[in-house]
Amino acid sequence: MTDITPHGGHDQQPAKLGYSPRADIEHRLRLADTDPKAARRAERQVTSMFLLSMVFVVLFVVAYIGIDPSTEVYIPVFGLTSALNIALGLTLGLAIFLIGAGAIQWAKKLMPDVEVVQQRHDQLSPDSDTQEAAANYERGKEESGFARFRMLRRTLIGALIVFPIPLVIMLKDLWVPTPEEEGKSPADILSTTLWTADMRIVSDGTYKPVRPEDLPVGGLISAVPADLQEVEELQGNLNARGKAAIILVRMEPDEIRAQQGDGWDYQGILAYSKICTHVGCPIALYEQRTHHLLCPCHQSTFDLADAGNVVFGPAARRMPQLQIGVDAEGYLVAKSDFAEPVGPSFWERG
Amino acid sequence: MTTTSPVEKAGGATAQYVDKRIGSNKFLSRNLGKVFPDHWSFMLGEIALYSFIVVLLTGVFLTLWFKPSMVEVVYDGSYVPLQGIKMSEAYASALDISFDVRGGMLLRQMHHWAALIFVAAMAVHMFRVFFTGAFRKPREFNWLIGVGLTTLGLLAGFSGYSLPDDLLSGTGLQIARGIMQAAPIVGTWAAFLLFGGEFPGTDFISRLYSVHILLIPGLILGLVTAHLMLVWTQKHTQFPGPGRTNDNVVGYPLLPVYMAKAGGFFFIVFGIIALVGGLVTINPIWIFGPFTPDQVSAGSQPDWYIGFLDGALRMMPNWESSFWGITISWNIIIPAMILPGLMFTALGLYPFLESWLTGDKREHNLLDRPRNAPVRTGIGVMAITFYALLWVGGANDIIATAFDLSINSIIWFLRVSIFILPPIAFVVTKRICLGLQRRDRDKLLHGYESGRVLRLPHGEFIEVHQPLSAKDLAVITAKTDVAPLPAPEKADADGVRNKHYRIGTLRHRLSTAFFGDNVARPTDAEIEAGQHHAEHDAALEAPLHEYEDADQISPGRGGALHHPGMAETNAEQMDERSQH
Repeated sequence: MTDITPHGGHDQQPAKLGYSPRADIEHRLRLADTDPKAARRAERQVTSMFLLSMVFVVLFVVAYIGIDPSTEVYIPVFGLTSALNIALGLTLGLAIFLIGAGAIQWAKKLMPDVEVVQQRHDQLSPDSDTQEAAANYERGKEESGFARFRMLRRTLIGALIVFPIPLVIMLKDLWVPTPEEEGKSPADILSTTLWTADMRIVSDGTYKPVRPEDLPVGGLISAVPADLQEVEELQGNLNARGKAAIILVRMEPDEIRAQQGDGWDYQGILAYSKICTHVGCPIALYEQRTHHLLCPCHQSTFDLADAGNVVFGPAARRMPQLQIGVDAEGYLVAKSDFAEPVGPSFWERG
Repeated sequence: MTTTSPVEKAGGATAQYVDKRIGSNKFLSRNLGKVFPDHWSFMLGEIALYSFIVVLLTGVFLTLWFKPSMVEVVYDGSYVPLQGIKMSEAYASALDISFDVRGGMLLRQMHHWAALIFVAAMAVHMFRVFFTGAFRKPREFNWLIGVGLTTLGLLAGFSGYSLPDDLLSGTGLQIARGIMQAAPIVGTWAAFLLFGGEFPGTDFISRLYSVHILLIPGLILGLVTAHLMLVWTQKHTQFPGPGRTNDNVVGYPLLPVYMAKAGGFFFIVFGIIALVGGLVTINPIWIFGPFTPDQVSAGSQPDWYIGFLDGALRMMPNWESSFWGITISWNIIIPAMILPGLMFTALGLYPFLESWLTGDKREHNLLDRPRNAPVRTGIGVMAITFYALLWVGGANDIIATAFDLSINSIIWFLRVSIFILPPIAFVVTKRICLGLQRRDRDKLLHGYESGRVLRLPHGEFIEVHQPLSAKDLAVITAKTDVAPLPAPEKADADGVRNKHYRIGTLRHRLSTAFFGDNVARPTDAEIEAGQHHAEHDAALEAPLHEYEDADQISPGRGGALHHPGMAETNAEQMDERSQH
């Protein structure tokens, strides 16, 4: 097809530069190639872009010094935002952008726009190189005796395989168990929470004990164990909170179709874990009419009137229920810890 | 150059100084004139590279102020709504960067935007490489490196998203931890080791930090270097066009044009990211509040590139098996471990699979037009459809509220369509490609349909066809026909059984499926005849030009075949235009 891609007709001597100009296609001259005025105009355009870039750098410094960080401005479309941030973004952005725009304008208007041709070469190495490499390899094999000394070879390979083991072993202490965790497996730890028999249920945030009257029918309260206040971890009490958080909902006792244990409610008040059994998001989207609880992360839906069973979505297990009652002073308390591990499934869970 | 400035003299002296020590002039002599082909789609990879550089630059700045610590502190910075609230030091320092470090907000937002653009540019760059067959021999390694870079890009993004320890990022980690915990056998141990105990613990942010600022960027930097070195030594692929062959590169030399354009483009990408970072709020961590494991906000969404995984998790039916004291959470293992594993494995293996089933071991430096590889293009669109459906799944709650739909119906629609729509996309794409191939064939055999009908003096009506331009001819005729692999013989002439019969039959069938429907390229003689015919049509029309404005129906849009006369037509046209 040389007649269709008329490339061969021209002198293709590889120039010193490694490429040759194309002469096979009609080249249209640009205005700046023929008209010195146009060329000067292009030059002025590029120069002014570079100049403007520097001006924006100055403006950046002015904004940095002059604008109070707390000033807010209203910009249509973008809304109320930090004046400093917008000023810095605009000046820095334009300072940088204009360098690029100038360089490209320079290339497009004033640098040659004639395409050039360069030859490719096979990736394959010349035979002589391959043979030399092979000969060198053979020499190395022979001189080292790698092929002859079988024991030497095998023990070396063995040592190389074994030596990283200490590095892996040291990773064990990525988890240093706390005194309470000592001797327990991860599965044991995941299976218990702070809840114990007769521990008061307090509302999340205020730590105020909850009375049954505090919760109207159809209502929902996020709650935690009273002892959570005493828990002191480096990051507050987030570990304990992450497992023990519950929600309390109240419905008419005859609306409750099933529970995870007989009489686990208290006068229509039900306590369920707040942590989704799918991958562990906290759930508090409750639709009081249907008694459905919806996880905001992956939309698993649980029916709290029906023992917390899964109605829809990717979660496989029901929400664990906490058995509750009231103490002598009339405050809601847990009757025991959860009967099953809360939160996402794990292998040893059974 | 006749004059040499003092700066140039100093530069020359420096080059000599360096050359005497490392022999750099050898490299410069070979490479300053290196030719790079030009096409807009070749800039996609550049965008990825440049946004990565911006991520690195802004990231270095952020490390100066960010404190990767989960120790509880009381916030006393200048963001009033959160003053006096207990939070991790990481979150407090992220707030300080946003409100008390001048320009800190800009750096944070540029970092986040650049990261999003980085992953997006890699994805689109990968589409370009896939659909044009640029991954074919000799560039399979670079494809693999690219798959590695994309994977690392996702990890880099997710690890960074998780660092500020606001409610949204913490929820992401909580989900990641839940997924990890569900891994067979090692799940709980892996989670406890990585998090240093229970969730959230106090170790994870600082551990993730070193992964995010050292390990992953180090790996990316290494792979990017290898990627570019391979592009450099193998030379860039090019689209078919006049004078472009499999054995040459047609384009602009590194110095000065390519350097000015590519260097300029870096500043353009950088500048745009700075503008966007200044104008468009992203990840307003101050709105979400500090992380606590028992709170979450509705409509929690990950960054876009994690959306497909989130969607897979949402779509998966709730399968779980419990027996012999163990639990296997298929509802997590399949969408969050097996699926991404399969997706990235398939991506990595594709070039090898294609070359195996087509038996094509040639070097390819000239890109395919997507239509000329209908099955590959179909597979690509099928994969994109699959990915897009997962992605839609990740936004099912947003879609449900925006369009007032039931989440359950959306999920059921997706569960069904994830199996049905991708194959449909494949068939439709393949048909469109074959249709385009047929149109190309028609163009070669008859020229362009001008849409003009001409009545000849003896009463006959003809539709005027115009010859193709040299560029179109070169582009269309670059297609090569490849015969499918032949069906293997059960036994050779001597009756010796063919050991590779089964595998041979499989390859025969697959390669037939790959090439079988392709529209054959006309022979050179047919093309020549077709183009002459079109010129003849145009010649019949010529007398009309005396009555009409020549510009409106000027025959022959450029010289089609290399024959005397055409070049003059070209020149004439050019003259005509410059007169206007």
